[in-house]
Amino acid sequence: MNEIAVVKSELEIRFPDAVRKDDREGFQGYIVEKESLVEVATALRDDFGYDYLTSVTGVDYIEEDILEAVYHFYRSTGGKELVLHVQTPRNNPVIPSLYKIFHGVDFQEREAWDLIGIKFEGHPDLRRILLWEGFNGHPLQKDWKEAFYVEEKKPFDNRWPEGKIQQIEELNKFGKNVRYPENFHDPESWKPEHEDLLYAGLLDLAEKTGSGLETDHVVINMGPQHPSTHGVFRMAVVVDGETITALKPVMGYLHRNHEKIGERNTYIQNIPYTDRLDYISSLSNNFGYAMAVEKLLGYTNEIPERAEYLRVIMAELTRISNHLWAIGFLLNDLGAYFTPSLYAIQERELILDIFEEVTGARMMNNYHRFGGVAKDILPDAMKKIENLVLDRLPRKVDELDKYLTKSELLQSRTEGVGVLTPEDAINMCAVGPVLRASGVPYDVRRADPYSIYDRFDFDVAVRYHGDTYDRYLIRMDEIHQSLRILQQALKDIPEGPILLRNPYNIKAPKGEAYGRVEGPKGELGFYIVSDGTSNPYRYHVRSPSFINLTGLEKMCVGQKVADVVVILGSIDIILGEVDR
Amino acid sequence: MYGKGILEGLLVTLKHFFGTFIDDIRKGRKRYMTDEGVEYRRSKDVKGIFTVQYPEERLPTPENFRFVPFLVYDEKEDGTNEIRCTSCGICAKVCPPQCIWIEQTTNPKTGRPVPEPVKFFIDIDICMNCGFCADFCPFDSIKMDHYYEMASFDRTKTNILDLTKLSKPASYHAEIHPIHFAREEEIRRVKEQKREERRLAKEQRLNKFKSE
Ligand code: SF4
Ligand code: SF4
Repeated sequence: MNEIAVVKSELEIRFPDAVRKDDREGFQGYIVEKESLVEVATALRDDFGYDYLTSVTGVDYIEEDILEAVYHFYRSTGGKELVLHVQTPRNNPVIPSLYKIFHGVDFQEREAWDLIGIKFEGHPDLRRILLWEGFNGHPLQKDWKEAFYVEEKKPFDNRWPEGKIQQIEELNKFGKNVRYPENFHDPESWKPEHEDLLYAGLLDLAEKTGSGLETDHVVINMGPQHPSTHGVFRMAVVVDGETITALKPVMGYLHRNHEKIGERNTYIQNIPYTDRLDYISSLSNNFGYAMAVEKLLGYTNEIPERAEYLRVIMAELTRISNHLWAIGFLLNDLGAYFTPSLYAIQERELILDIFEEVTGARMMNNYHRFGGVAKDILPDAMKKIENLVLDRLPRKVDELDKYLTKSELLQSRTEGVGVLTPEDAINMCAVGPVLRASGVPYDVRRADPYSIYDRFDFDVAVRYHGDTYDRYLIRMDEIHQSLRILQQALKDIPEGPILLRNPYNIKAPKGEAYGRVEGPKGELGFYIVSDGTSNPYRYHVRSPSFINLTGLEKMCVGQKVADVVVILGSIDIILGEVDR
Repeated sequence: MYGKGILEGLLVTLKHFFGTFIDDIRKGRKRYMTDEGVEYRRSKDVKGIFTVQYPEERLPTPENFRFVPFLVYDEKEDGTNEIRCTSCGICAKVCPPQCIWIEQTTNPKTGRPVPEPVKFFIDIDICMNCGFCADFCPFDSIKMDHYYEMASFDRTKTNILDLTKLSKPASYHAEIHPIHFAREEEIRRVKEQKREERRLAKEQRLNKFKSE
């Protein structure tokens, strides 16, 4: 019996009444009675070593009249997942919050409340997070329909064979594209109450952490339109003099309900949409989604060798380009206006040239398919990749290193700023470079190897101070490791087919699957539930940028207000992925 | 310490600064406004300035590049054009934002569908250039274009492409996609050859049967 099986049976012995096997077709893990959820989660964390709760989401099973919360637990030392399902009736959907045990569920529970409508009892700040508070209903419930509604599922029937064209914007007229809740009258005179709640909560926090002097606290809103936020993102900050005493991120300005769109789409139609999540690293989003669906379809072990290599090559190039971008803009945030970032972006540009040649687009690559990749690398492009990986990039990364790493200006602005301790990092479900800069060597490529990463010789980069400088260094380290992987992959890549099969309409068997990859920003997961048709029943994105923001407050409190910008830059968020 | 890191960093900036001029002098006129110059500026050896001066200079579009689709027609020897599309509807079904609208007709006499679209629209306002339509079309009749300068002043009039605007000859397809075109033709040739062989074999059998 392997280790996970041991844990599972022990769990059943210890909680005979509260825990039962999930024996629905295609499902795994356990169904936990909601009354004992906190108890079980505590035991998992303290006694079984599952101290890393990476994903929390919900599903609406309208036929059975239940809402279900789904938890994916991992060990921070590596290994496979343990899945818990908690069910609650649809008319009174209450589930106890795990906030006390895992702070990292903060945003995820708020998201599940916002989009699905599960109330998490005991959550200290259960407000809507991605939608505005006057929003009507919870959009991911299966009976919710958008104002411009065509049909439950794509493909829509009116496109063929009687395609009488209608321009979409005629159907979706301005002013008629919003539905307000009942008893909501005039949007102009409406005053959002949650803003008051936000500020009240903030000042409350500030009281606790203040300097003790009888001074006034000032609330500053950084954003939504602020050059430092890399998009539309707002930080409500309370300052005491120059020092930050409390901070809360406010997001959702770019929200487009990716998940609802995804549930209307067929499986294959979702691939180009995933490009638009983290648009700096589309190829690794494709990778994660393709992997999740392949798990459902049972293709995982049949993928052609060459396709696997192509996937890895593209994913690692993506990582390099993403980190170059992140480093460049971190320097921008520091005030080194555009010279360093343009040096970094120059290399990224060359990588994008390669993407364009191979996949057909610079950013919206749409490259992966279920069971392989869409296009083979033409010999020309292969030569270019080799030139870049073996010659130019190592040279240029060293130059960037020489340019920045030892610079006293960079050091004095970043060392000791925005520290996140390893305990906090794990507790807040931080992932990717943020987690590893805090001294936790957790990398999905090693902790739970997927694709062919177990064949390559590389190190998991790790730094131990958890400050902004380390988060910069770790990206440099990772570029070097990615180059190492690329060099091996380019040497070993075999000839052969690149795609298993490519039907335009795929029906997945019933069940659930969670596919995760180590994206440049951290663990990117896709949770998919299939009901046996060609559209996913539930499609959830566990996005690293979004969840890494949970730690932002912890990093910022006690720092100077000018450093907030740098700390945010060092987390490396992309708003397309935060707001989805 | 004591600013040594900064100085070393600044040296890098200085190197970049002079790199441009050294390269300019070395390459002379060829560095700008020529295809060779553009190619050099996106190669692994480029130093110094890097920018491609669009629209005076353009990056070459690689073969795989994809922008809104077009429909391929074959030019027959008798001067007529035959559109390859059979209005099977696969592209309309697979299109993620559902921006393809196809109208199929039936032959009024037989009541059977005619393998040719009467109307074919693509709403390029919402086309996301994913390339699925071209990927999944079983007849090689819809392909992704290289023409990307489509800005216009009135999106309501120009951005719904109909059959006339969408149709382009197979020679254009061959021109922008030489490798893929050659491969497709090869597959077609092999198929036709097989069909021919089968026909011959059948004839032979028939003849044999007759003679017996
Ligand atoms: S373009 Fe191709 S896929 Fe689309 S209807 Fe015509 S033949 Fe079918
Ligand atoms: S490129 Fe994609 S979005 Fe555009 S018409 Fe083809 S399938 Fe539709």
